[in-house]
Amino acid sequence: MAAVPSSVLESPDRPWVFRTYSGHSSAEASNELYRQNLAKGQTGLSVAFDLPTQTGYDSDHPLARGEVGKVGVPVGHIGDMETLFREIPLGQMNTSMTINATAAWLLSLYVAAAERQGVGAGDLSGTTQNDIVKEYLSRGTHVFPPEPSLRLISDMIAYTVDEIPRWNPINICSYHLQEAGATPVQEIAYSFANAIAVLDAVRDRDDVPADALPKVFGRISFFLNAGIRFVEEICKGRAMTELWEELGRERYGVTEDKLLRFRYGVQVNSLGLTEAQPENNVIRIVLEALGVTFSKRARCRALQLPAWNEALGLPRPWDQQWSLRIQQILAYETDLLEYPDLLDGSHVVEARVGELKIAAKEELQRVLDLGGAIAAVENGYMKQRLVESQSGRLQAIESGEQIVVGMNAYRETEPSPLTEGGGGSILTVDASAEQEQIDRLNAFRSQRNSSDAEAALKGLRDALANGDNVMPPSIRCAHAGVTTGEWSDALRAIFGEYRAPTGVVAREAGMADEATDKVRARVRAAGDRLGRPLKILVGKPGLDGHSNGAEQIAVRARDVGMEVVYEGIRLTPAEIVQSAADEGVHVIGLSILSGSHAVLVVDVLDTLRESGTEIPVIVGGIIPEDDARKLEEAGVKRIYTPKDFDLTRIMDEIVDVVEEAHPA
Amino acid sequence: MSWRRRTLPDPNGAELAARLRDRDRTAVAPALNLVDDRRPNAREQARILLEALEAPGVQDKAVRIGLTGAPGAGKSTLLDAMVRRARNRGESVGLVAVDPSSRHSGGALLGDRIRVRSGAADPGVFFRSMAARDRLGGLAEGARAGVLILGVAFDQILVETVGVGQSEGEIADLVDTLVFVAQPGAGDLMQSMKAGVLELPDIIAVNKSDMGPIAERTASELEAGIGLGVGDRKGWKRPVLRISAQEGHGLDGLEAAIAEHRGWLADSGELERRRRRGRDRAIEESLTLRYGSFGVEALGGRVRLTACLADAPNEPGARLLARLSDQIELALRSGTSESTP
Ligand code: B12
Ligand SMILES: Nc1nc2c(ncn2[C@@H]2O[C@H](COP(=O)(O)OP(=O)(O)OP(=O)(O)O)[C@@H](O)[C@H]2O)c(=O)[nH]1
Repeated sequence: MAAVPSSVLESPDRPWVFRTYSGHSSAEASNELYRQNLAKGQTGLSVAFDLPTQTGYDSDHPLARGEVGKVGVPVGHIGDMETLFREIPLGQMNTSMTINATAAWLLSLYVAAAERQGVGAGDLSGTTQNDIVKEYLSRGTHVFPPEPSLRLISDMIAYTVDEIPRWNPINICSYHLQEAGATPVQEIAYSFANAIAVLDAVRDRDDVPADALPKVFGRISFFLNAGIRFVEEICKGRAMTELWEELGRERYGVTEDKLLRFRYGVQVNSLGLTEAQPENNVIRIVLEALGVTFSKRARCRALQLPAWNEALGLPRPWDQQWSLRIQQILAYETDLLEYPDLLDGSHVVEARVGELKIAAKEELQRVLDLGGAIAAVENGYMKQRLVESQSGRLQAIESGEQIVVGMNAYRETEPSPLTEGGGGSILTVDASAEQEQIDRLNAFRSQRNSSDAEAALKGLRDALANGDNVMPPSIRCAHAGVTTGEWSDALRAIFGEYRAPTGVVAREAGMADEATDKVRARVRAAGDRLGRPLKILVGKPGLDGHSNGAEQIAVRARDVGMEVVYEGIRLTPAEIVQSAADEGVHVIGLSILSGSHAVLVVDVLDTLRESGTEIPVIVGGIIPEDDARKLEEAGVKRIYTPKDFDLTRIMDEIVDVVEEAHPA
Repeated sequence: MSWRRRTLPDPNGAELAARLRDRDRTAVAPALNLVDDRRPNAREQARILLEALEAPGVQDKAVRIGLTGAPGAGKSTLLDAMVRRARNRGESVGLVAVDPSSRHSGGALLGDRIRVRSGAADPGVFFRSMAARDRLGGLAEGARAGVLILGVAFDQILVETVGVGQSEGEIADLVDTLVFVAQPGAGDLMQSMKAGVLELPDIIAVNKSDMGPIAERTASELEAGIGLGVGDRKGWKRPVLRISAQEGHGLDGLEAAIAEHRGWLADSGELERRRRRGRDRAIEESLTLRYGSFGVEALGGRVRLTACLADAPNEPGARLLARLSDQIELALRSGTSESTP
């Protein structure tokens, strides 16, 4: 009699890598946090850099004002990198760095810091995110134009494949596309278009022999998102796994199973985490985590979870610990890892996977027909589709068609003990962190051998001009004490800078409900009274790349009949004020989510006042209540946060603001 | 601490004109706002302002350049490069960009500055975006007023429109030199030839020449098209230039061609004719907009209107517009009183 095959695995699977995306204030403070997290059972590191580091500015650059150490750790030179990993043996660590435009530089610093620990590059393992296409489409820390950016990426791939064989030189990200509004189909299609652009660029290099391409293919990993519709997300993971294998076989001639495997890390959806009744976010996070771990066939390799207070501000160590514990419970308490794939043989899942694959292939083909991912970035195609999807999502929430518990439904609530203390439920970065970092930078500069640094920079410039690989001279720069700003400026001088299309010219939604019609009529009447149509400038000061809110406000303002000036991310307060005055707008709307509002909004108000321009200012974004009060005292007319999901109401209030500024 | 609202005095056309003539930058935005303002008192002040700016000699300083071309041809990138070059020469620049308005809501997204960063927060550069609004085909009135205002305050005026449809017809006579920015790629080109876009430009710049053969092919085809006499004009042989706005190639040549064209305009007397055409078109548009074809009929019809314009070749547009408006209103009023039982 044949033995009944056991339903369980002979030995349980090893869990995925547990990470927590973190970093703030300084290398020293972040190092302490990393060591605490590792002691709590975290198995990999995930470094969040501050925005000046991500966009290639030293902490004392004017554009870094208000941003140093805010949303991540500032790393300005080898000294910071060494401090960041002090007492963390890099040879045994798996480190993921969310770094893109300046990825070659941060990897160079990492390699140099490891060498100083006595660890060779060949023993390092980890990931540099290094995906520029999704920066243009969503994340907004790009610096250089597409072509040289792609060259930097392919340089890193060509370098690491031999020198740091366990390094993932690039993480093709669909995570950020979903955060910008992408549907599952768009997420698959655009991330695959992106992967094709990168792989084609590597294939076309002279220094990568054709037989090395399968190995390169095998080094490409992904970074996915998982939203609350977790059944569909499971199917998405399975669809991508199958599509990736097909792509490898068909387009790049890969045959070895191991190299065809779809490897990915995940951060679960943060866009859907609410400011209202924030404790509910924990449940959302659990379900989303299940979406990327449930099916063994498409299980993630590494996972990082946001915290319950995601929409309030930065998480404290305790908040992050709670999210780490979710992972540990899922992996160690449940029986999830004891079974083979639980969905194999499910007709329903198979059918959904098939549908997603067909739709994604169609959309991918559309992008390829336009000339591929780079062309579809430059002509705005993909960005416009994302803005449209985001508009659709917000309209569904506003109309109640999509239920978000605690926000647009079931809003009655007991006071939450989690947020009772007011300002105490998020991490606030000490205002002195910026100056302290600048002081350390100055001390470092005065101690280094500046002729070494200059010579290393010259070597870098020569290599770039000759078309040599950027990595070796960058590692030399790292050892010679070159700073992040100096390295980036050298590249800026040669490559130039890039501003990506905003996508806001996307199709009009054509909202036809009564409330919208009413606002439209008010907008028209106010325009008649003032002599010309209402004109608004939507501005994004500072290095903050969170553009969703600004884009949606711009699109909706157009849809209710306003003339809208929106010039994309990364403007200085002076630029915003000059534009507003020259354009003759009736109101300025600033959008800031990166936590630099206290400095930058006040800068805009001061600049307006100095130039004698009287235009009312409103602000939206992640603005904690205490700060909101201060900004109102400073002269801001209205403040909006994520809980204000009713865009029609916001538009109505913008008319109020204009009318208050021009009393009859 | 909130600042107290000063009640701003109503804009005064004469005062703004004087400040503009002194090149007071702070007068530019209020002047543009004023000419956009449809309230009766503002209209009167706008007329005073524009009349002063149309006085002989006032408009002679600035060079006015128009850019058209299909979406994505590289107009904004070229604008950016031209602004940077002008600033390096120490010249100030005023820009007007026209974007379409939504038919449905009347709103508009004006985002053309995304690539034009070289002037950001530089007082030597002034940028105003305009929505085409629901004017039929048109922006002649608003854009013309804009050009008149900027033309007094800045050295070089750049006007950008998307070159499909009627809008470049509107700006063709408002600028001295109209540059068509061509996008490499044959399909696009055949369409533009069909749409008659090539009738108007004075200079054709094939952009993205860094793309190689495809750009070269487009340039050759355009040369051939012009050789066939499409949109021929006497005495000015329209050049087809190869440029790369992104790499900065061919921009010396473009600037030289613009200067040469301007010289030809002045020598041939075409400059004056062109400016008059711009004036006439704006007046016709305004009258039609305000009074409809009914109003033009009251004046005696199209033919009569054309004759009125031709009879007053040197009258400032703003004054002429006011005079004709008065005539129409009078005619309409007497018309209605006659028909009242
Ligand atoms: C989506 C998202 C992203 C996307 C952004 C995509 C994009 N193109 O916008 C991605 C994944 C790229 C991203 C990246 C990062 N993010 Co993020 N992100 C979010 C998230 C989850 C949602 C924001 C969002 O888009 N909401 C949807 C839009 C429509 O809502 P909204 O912007 O809030 O706008 C509403 C109102 O605020 C208001 N409003 C907003 N602006 C304006 C303007 C006007 C004029 C008006 C009238 C109203 C208004 O109206 C809107 C309608 O409701 C928030 C957390 C959260 N749940 O809010 C974190 C969050 C903003 N991110 C954060 C961080 C730290 C980052 C990073 C900097 C991390 C890092 N170290 O690298 C990066 C880098 C981004 C960068 N370049 O600056 C932090 C900021 C912390 C802080 N302020 O202290 C947050 C709060 C998460 C957290 N708790 O840590 N992020
Ligand atoms: N290769 C190349 N690309 C260019 C050049 N000039 C512009 N581009 C690219 O072409 C795309 C469109 O450029 P824009 O300047 O926005 O074109 P536009 O004509 O202003 O487009 P609209 O604003 O849509 O009307 C961008 O991706 C530019 O980077 C060039 O000289 N060479």
